[in-house]
Amino acid sequence: MAKKGGNNRKKSTRTYIFSFALILVFWAVVEILGHMNMLSSKMLGLLIPICAYAIMAVSLNLVVGFLGELSLGHAAFMLAGATAGVVFYNSAGLNMPQVLRVIITLVIGAAAAGLFGVIVGVPVLRFSGDYLAIVTLAFCQILKNVLSTTYLGVDSAGIHLAFDQGSFRLEPGAKPLIKGAQPISGINKISPDMMVSFTVGIVLLILTVAFVLNLMNSRAGRAITAIRDDEIAAKSIGINLTRYKLMAFISSAVFAGLAGVIYVLNLSTLDFKKYDYNLSINVLVMVVLGGMGNVPGSIIAAALLTFLPELLRNFSQYRMFIYSIVLIVIMLFNQAPAFVQLRQRLTAKIRGKNAQEPEGGEKADTEFFEAKKQGKEDE
Amino acid sequence: MQFLGYLISGISLGSVYALIALGYTMVYGIAKMLNFAHGDVIMVGGYMVYFTFCSRGWNPLLAVLFAMAVCTLLGITIERVAYRPLRSAPSLAVLITAIGVSFLLQNSAMLLWKSDPKSFTSIISMDPITIAGGQLSIPAETIVTILVSVIIMIILIWFVNKTRIGHAMKAVSEDRGAAQLMGINVNGIISLTFAIGSGLAAIAGALLLSSYPTLIPTTGAMPGIKAFVAAVFGGIGSIPGAFLGGVLLGVIENLSKAYISTQLSDAIVFLVLIIVLLVKPTGLLGKKTAVKV
Amino acid sequence: MALLEVTNLGISFGGLQAVSGFELEIESGHLYGLIGPNGAGKTTAFNMLTGMYVPSQGNIVLDGVDITGKSPEFISKAGIARTFQNIRLFKGMSVLDNVKVGMHNRVTYSMWHGIFRDGVFRDRERQMDKKAMDLLDVFGIADKADYVASQLPYGEQRKLEICRALASDPKLLLLDEPAAGMNPNETLELRETVRKVRDDFNIAILLIEHDMKFVMGICEEITVLEYGKIIAHGDPESVSNDPRVIAAYLGGDDD
Repeated sequence: MAKKGGNNRKKSTRTYIFSFALILVFWAVVEILGHMNMLSSKMLGLLIPICAYAIMAVSLNLVVGFLGELSLGHAAFMLAGATAGVVFYNSAGLNMPQVLRVIITLVIGAAAAGLFGVIVGVPVLRFSGDYLAIVTLAFCQILKNVLSTTYLGVDSAGIHLAFDQGSFRLEPGAKPLIKGAQPISGINKISPDMMVSFTVGIVLLILTVAFVLNLMNSRAGRAITAIRDDEIAAKSIGINLTRYKLMAFISSAVFAGLAGVIYVLNLSTLDFKKYDYNLSINVLVMVVLGGMGNVPGSIIAAALLTFLPELLRNFSQYRMFIYSIVLIVIMLFNQAPAFVQLRQRLTAKIRGKNAQEPEGGEKADTEFFEAKKQGKEDE
Repeated sequence: MQFLGYLISGISLGSVYALIALGYTMVYGIAKMLNFAHGDVIMVGGYMVYFTFCSRGWNPLLAVLFAMAVCTLLGITIERVAYRPLRSAPSLAVLITAIGVSFLLQNSAMLLWKSDPKSFTSIISMDPITIAGGQLSIPAETIVTILVSVIIMIILIWFVNKTRIGHAMKAVSEDRGAAQLMGINVNGIISLTFAIGSGLAAIAGALLLSSYPTLIPTTGAMPGIKAFVAAVFGGIGSIPGAFLGGVLLGVIENLSKAYISTQLSDAIVFLVLIIVLLVKPTGLLGKKTAVKV
Repeated sequence: MALLEVTNLGISFGGLQAVSGFELEIESGHLYGLIGPNGAGKTTAFNMLTGMYVPSQGNIVLDGVDITGKSPEFISKAGIARTFQNIRLFKGMSVLDNVKVGMHNRVTYSMWHGIFRDGVFRDRERQMDKKAMDLLDVFGIADKADYVASQLPYGEQRKLEICRALASDPKLLLLDEPAAGMNPNETLELRETVRKVRDDFNIAILLIEHDMKFVMGICEEITVLEYGKIIAHGDPESVSNDPRVIAAYLGGDDD
């Protein structure tokens, strides 16, 4: 009785400390280098994308790693948040003090993405596995296509919304907010000082990580993990499957919306075409490489994969080629039974006497998949 | 009359989707996996025909046969190297690996053949057919595509239902373990399924590019996804379902392009998929499987 | 009034009547057995009692509350918990968390308490930890609280599953073949555990079991199903001598 939940607790504390230390060290290093003018403009340009992708990966991990459902439409939530945020930012937000303007933009982006999460989640979460993957992908394509045919603008007569160019007329001088498939451009940056924008990104990343870790280490998080491990057993102990699946799904969407907002405010343009399933898959790859249910892993993977093109600048045409091979090899190495056994034998040898050391909290991909698979076989 | 024209070209586009969907559905039925890279095999098939027929002037039939041979080999290799080691791993792991393979094919093509678009010459050198006293002209590609797809589907249905190997395929699809115990070479059957699917993808690639002649390394991605949608739409695992789903999808896409909006046609296709799945989660011709507690 | 009253319960799947005319009356603090050849409909009956299947006819009343065709969530809250034939633990979670998740509807707090880790959160979590550790202690696996559930040996996984079910403070506990796959020693130990559960927690237990020695040695009342219908009911002595029961087992040799 003395070691009440001891190791388990320690393990989750370790995850907290490691995650936050990781983010803060990254922030501090960048700040120091920035003040010493040691960052190239290319590097500076990568800072916000790294924060945005890290938020995307951590939030997708909530659905893929913790809930155990494959979503191929995470980019859609990023797009929903970015679009709603930019529409506000470029219209009503224009006359506000910048701090307030950014905060409201973030809130609107998060809310819009969350709303889209509800719209998608309610029908989609009735599916599972491959079907859920393809339906989330479908929603992502739908949003992208619909936005590409949307025309939105404001003039003295009020708000104009149309779905074809012909019927969209604005007073001379009024600037359209969305012009169909044309990218929205001329979005002001959060601040002329990149370091300020970067700090905003870091704060949002910390919020995301704190939310996800706290959620997963609470009653709701246990319910979500239970659903992943065995839906039928979860049902039998009175867990409302829909409620917790939606909770994970919508939370994940909200943070993707935040990521979308900071991403476009940094980029200054919003091109709907870019938010397709390829982007969703890139984020998924970050989650897989970082480890299912592994929050700091997602952050590291997101940072590395965003930095990679810079590191491989001279081989940039090989980047995606290398990336795909790495992905396949990692999946084979982590998942193929032959490799898994080999690895287990090796770790057993290395661990020697310490074998059977208990583990809690997050876990290796293999165990995750094994639990998932056995759940499936038992059905 | 115009409507008939849109309808026929929709059926033709749908026939291509159906050919690709057949590959998806057979692999899903027998290997129980979603081969995300299937669409990119079409692209490889397209390049093979391009380099032999369009650039070197081979006989079109020979060029397609060559492309089929290359794609068949490619399909078998992909299965052997990337999917077979994961045979007993859960579907999520296999799906992500398949996505990796899809990336690999696209990026290899990008490195080998560059990303600039190649313009494809139609493999069918026949004159358009005019009907209704010249009011409607149907390209020969359209007719050939529909005919080829129908013939292939009939052959496949005959093959699966009437031949020994076809029966073995059905057995593997029903219960892999039991099939193995009955002495069926499960690995062989799965390889064969990938071979057939990839061979069909090569034909699909040649036909698709004859009607839509722009060839780039990502040419196969969108038709691949739509064909998968078609397979799910028709009921994944069912050969007639894949055909029905493909044709319907092509028709819906073409008619929405003609009468609603080109931009929205994809959105409409996906919306229809979502609605069909919500109403009938197993697709139009799919079988229901019960969950045992 | 009895704790559980089941009257004329039946279900059919696509025209096939899997269970019909199922009746049961259960009192608190007693041990009941449900036996029958394979495919007799025992697990189907469990699935109706727990809301996994919606019965086609009949009534289930638990402690005065009609739970017929209600959701598993409702029924779990009303006070029925179960285990599964093929152990269904949350394999990736720790032993302790498996029990804590069993308290899902007993010790509650909203998502936001968890997000802000406030006083309510800390208080409830402490409460859960204590209750979970006490339960694990009863089953002698408290020292393994931090293990991942899948690391436990088979017998302890069965115990943990019972622990998890008990964590929801049930009035009625359904055990689906608890002794399956156990060796004679483990079965003997399980028998003591089940008795202890009934006495310590003062709840009713209904169990499905193929091990006749186990059932006869522990249950006070036994119901026998064959082809979805009750063919016998009574104390172990009378049931085991019932010619119809003997015929059912010896005739239906798929067991």
